[in-house]
Amino acid sequence: MGESRDVTFRVWRGDASGGALKDYTTGITTGMVVLDAVHQIQAESAPDLACRWNCKAGKCGSCSAEINGKPRLMCMTRMDEIDTSVPVTILPMQTFPLIRDLVTDVSWNYEVKKRIKKFRPRKPDNADGSWNMAQADVERVQEFRKCIECFLCQDVCHVLREHERHPEFSGPRHFIYTAQLEMHPLDTEDRLGQLKDEQNIGYCNITKCCTKVCPEHITITDNAIIPLKERVVDEFYDPMTRLFRIFKPGKK
Amino acid sequence: MAQPDVHLPQRRAGVGFLKTARGDTWYIQPLLVLLGLGAFIVYSTWAAFVGVDYHCGVNGANYLSPFYSPLLFDAPGVEPSGHAWFGAWPSWWPAFIPASPALLILWAPGGFRFTCYYYRGAYYKSFWGAPPGCAVGGPHTKRYRGERRLPLILQNAHRYFLYLAIGFLFILAYDAFSAMWFVGEGGAKSFGIGIGTLVLVVNPILLGGYTLGCHSLRHLVGGKKDCISDNGAQKKAYDCVSCLNRGHMRWAWASLFWVGFTDLYVRLCASGVINDVRIF
Repeated sequence: MGESRDVTFRVWRGDASGGALKDYTTGITTGMVVLDAVHQIQAESAPDLACRWNCKAGKCGSCSAEINGKPRLMCMTRMDEIDTSVPVTILPMQTFPLIRDLVTDVSWNYEVKKRIKKFRPRKPDNADGSWNMAQADVERVQEFRKCIECFLCQDVCHVLREHERHPEFSGPRHFIYTAQLEMHPLDTEDRLGQLKDEQNIGYCNITKCCTKVCPEHITITDNAIIPLKERVVDEFYDPMTRLFRIFKPGKK
Repeated sequence: MAQPDVHLPQRRAGVGFLKTARGDTWYIQPLLVLLGLGAFIVYSTWAAFVGVDYHCGVNGANYLSPFYSPLLFDAPGVEPSGHAWFGAWPSWWPAFIPASPALLILWAPGGFRFTCYYYRGAYYKSFWGAPPGCAVGGPHTKRYRGERRLPLILQNAHRYFLYLAIGFLFILAYDAFSAMWFVGEGGAKSFGIGIGTLVLVVNPILLGGYTLGCHSLRHLVGGKKDCISDNGAQKKAYDCVSCLNRGHMRWAWASLFWVGFTDLYVRLCASGVINDVRIF
C-alpha cells in the first residue's frame, strides 16, 4: 500500500425536505475507489452518511451516484483517475426521488418494467418442448442482458432528468429491456404500439448520453434505441412498408 | 396506461440552463460540432447559391463539383459542362430565385444529413442545447416534445433520404470516373490522373462509408428481422453495414469535410486561382 494523502470530498447530505453539500477530508491510498473513500468517511467522521452498496465489483448496480457531476458507479471509479487537487463532489442521482444523502428511491423503474409486455415464445420446435435457435440470432440480445440495472442511463437521460417525463417516458434502461424481448428470435409479442404510445420512444433525441455512462458498455443507442425507432417507423410512419404489409401480412 | 410519476425535491436546486456539477471540459465537443457544422452550412449555402465555377475544364480536365452533381441543367451564362442531363437552364425558372443548379439537388443529401441519427444527436446538443452536454442542464421546459410531434416527427423520413443518397453515390462515382478522362487536342479523350481526379475519387469512397453505414440501412438490410441467420447473404450484408455503422460518426465527419473540400478544389481550379497538377 502506498503513502496516504488527504483528499476533500464534498458530499450531499440531506433528505427530501432539503440538504446541502458537506466537506469531509480523508486519507487516500493507492488502489482506492470512491466507494472506499465514502466508507472511510463513514468510519471516521460521518457514521450516519447513507450510501447504498453491495458487491463492490460493478455487478450489482447499487452504488450509482454522480461523481464530479458524472453519473458513475462509486465502486468502479478509481481515485487515481480523479483530479483530487480540488474537492471531489459526490451527489445522489438526480432523476429519482431522494431518500437520504446518496440514496435514491429507484422503485419507479421496477413499476415501469412491470408494464412492458412479457416474453411470449413461439410454440416449441421439438417434441421435448425445446426450441432451436441460431447463436448468431440470439447474440444480438445477449448484449442487452448485461444490464445490471444501475439506472445511470436513466439518471443522465435529459428527458427524465430535465424534462421529468416520468409518467410518459420509460427511459433507456427500459428500451434495452424491450429490445431484449422484441428482438429475441423466439418472441412473438408485438410491443411496437406500446413503444410508440406508452413508452414514448419518440421523446428520445439520441444524444447518446446513456451509452456514454453505461458501466457495462452496452451500446444502448445504436443497438437498442435506434433499431427500435426504426421498427416503429416500419409500423407507423413508413407508407411503403405499410403498403407492402398488405401483400405480405404477418409479423417477422 | 400511464407510468407512475415521481417527485424530485433535490432537482429544484440544481435545475437551470448550463447548470452542472461537471468540472471537466464537457463543452469542447459540442462547441467543435457547432463550429464544424456551422462552417460547413455557411460555406455550402454560399457555394450552392453562387452558381458558377462548379465545373473545371482547364487543361482538358473534367471535374464537376459534388455540390452540383447530378447537374440537371447548366447554369445560365456558364459555358456548357457536358454534364447537364437536360441541357440549358430552363426559361420558366422564376427570376426571383437564384439560377443555380445546386439548388435543384442539394436538398437530397442535405436532408439525408439533417435526418441522420448521428447528426441529430450532435446538433440537438450543439445548436439547440437539448441538452448542451450529458448531465448538463438544458432549457427546463414542460413543452419538450422530442421527436414525437411535428416538426421533428419528420425525422422518421430518414430512410427515404437514404434511398436518394444511395443514388447520389453512383452518380458521384461516375463523376470520379469521368475525371479520369482528359480532353486532348481535337477533342480526343485520353486516360489520365490529376490531383483533382484523386480528390474526386476519394469523395464517393468516404460518402460510401458514411451512407452504407446508415442506421436505417442497417435496419432495412436485416436489422428488422429477429432471425437473420437463415439468409446467409442478408446476414453478411447486415454484418457489413454494422461494421461501417460502428464508425458512423467518423465517416460522417470525414465525408462532410471531403465533400466541401472537393467543391472548393474544383472551384479554385475552375476560377484559375490554383492550377490542377496532372500526375500522368
